[in-house]
Amino acid sequence: MGKSNVFDLLGPIMVGPSSSHTAGAVRLGAMAKKILGEEPIEGTITLHGSFAKTGKGHGTNLALVAGLLGMSPDDERIPEAPKMAKERGLNFNFETSDLGDVHPNSVKFNLLGVNGGRVQVVGSSIGGGSIVIREINDFQVEIKGDYPTLVVLHQDLPGVVAQVTLLLSTAQINIARMLVSREKRGAQALMVLETDQRIDNAVLGLMRKLPRIDQALVIESLE
Amino acid sequence: MRAYEDWVIKAETKGLKISEVILQNQMEELEQSEQALFQRMNKNLNVMRKSVEVGLSGERRSLSGLVGGDAAKVESHRKKGESLIGEQMSGAIAKALAVVEVNACMGKIVAAPTAGSCGVLPAVLLTVEESLQVSEQEILLALFTAAGLGMIFADRASVSGAEGGCQAEIGSAAAMAAAAAVELAGGSPRQTADAAAIAMKSMLGLVCDPVAGLVEVPCVKRNAIGATIALSAAEMALSGVKSAIPIDEVIDTMAQIGKQMSCALKETAQGGLAVTPTGRRIQADFL
Repeated sequence: MGKSNVFDLLGPIMVGPSSSHTAGAVRLGAMAKKILGEEPIEGTITLHGSFAKTGKGHGTNLALVAGLLGMSPDDERIPEAPKMAKERGLNFNFETSDLGDVHPNSVKFNLLGVNGGRVQVVGSSIGGGSIVIREINDFQVEIKGDYPTLVVLHQDLPGVVAQVTLLLSTAQINIARMLVSREKRGAQALMVLETDQRIDNAVLGLMRKLPRIDQALVIESLE
Repeated sequence: MRAYEDWVIKAETKGLKISEVILQNQMEELEQSEQALFQRMNKNLNVMRKSVEVGLSGERRSLSGLVGGDAAKVESHRKKGESLIGEQMSGAIAKALAVVEVNACMGKIVAAPTAGSCGVLPAVLLTVEESLQVSEQEILLALFTAAGLGMIFADRASVSGAEGGCQAEIGSAAAMAAAAAVELAGGSPRQTADAAAIAMKSMLGLVCDPVAGLVEVPCVKRNAIGATIALSAAEMALSGVKSAIPIDEVIDTMAQIGKQMSCALKETAQGGLAVTPTGRRIQADFL
């Protein structure tokens, strides 16, 4: 971690009671929604560890739904989130389970979107409201939501990574961090690129037309 | 590593307040104008004021039902003129309880430095504001003093209960509030350091033992006590009482004690009050 600043020590402005169980949970829900890329209408939310044990008293379930509805950690409607979801016909169910060797404050979302998209996301609240997304559709990732992030599902063949990075460099987009993981050699792979500049729809459109790219998604940074 | 002493010396040499030294430091490090920093800090102050107001006005209960209504009790006792320890101290207690009750009831607060210790700083600053003639600008500057000292805690030790126990949360908050109160009351940079050291010394070793893992028992009342320790420390420092051990060494000591503390006593709800017969019963009833 870098040096702290005055606003790390006074802030965030948030709805309590806990920065990791409440503020972080809102951000996890918001991030899962961004990864789905559309309005979630249905979902199963699985709580792990401390989220499962003390989430109820910290309003973690309310906060996760608030995030899925697009609220931020200082939104005073967070306690009303489940009611608001119900009114809009959105259906989110909670389960508790052991998600294995992950951070104690972790959650798994299985979401269905309004346009039929589905995604499975695992994320952790790692303290002070900070979060990290650990898994998207069983692929290991590490997304903290502090940069615009490009997620590309592609075939594991030579040159695919180069095509993507060339397209970004042509669009004057600088890559801050990059991670490539795959199921096995030659099979499906996932690329996660955090960038300094926003990636607009035109670039995303070109990306999707590239050969051997199955899916490309831009996740905007959290505020 | 940052040291508060460096800032005290810089402030003394240049004839500045500690807050002005911290403000300059942050303008450089964050590459932001003074005006931008003041605007951001002003948002924090507004939320602090609002959380005190909301907390004193209502009698909400937290989701667990363990917390709520105590701020109103203390405030009403005080308003009847029945305070044992004086209007100001009693007011500080009510305000600290108010903010943490708002937090436990899912209302809006400023983490200062954490959500679990959000009551101390607003209670102390707004109490000083009631007692002395101070401007809004001076309160904002005092918040920079508090936050700047908080940065030293974060750098040299920790402000997380899971890492350092409650001494790292409410202890840090009390030290930050003590330094801010001294500056607000017109004390010298050296006196802010003494007040912070005295406050932190009184909180060393404080364990983090939340019943049922919630930021409620004993956290809420500890915030009120933290506020009174901050004001007592500020009173001593303003009177010229010095801390025998300097603030940076006290902070290093806090870090060391945090390391020596068992994990059961650091926010895991596996020790301390959390495992008393009543604590266990609350946990069983609740989960």
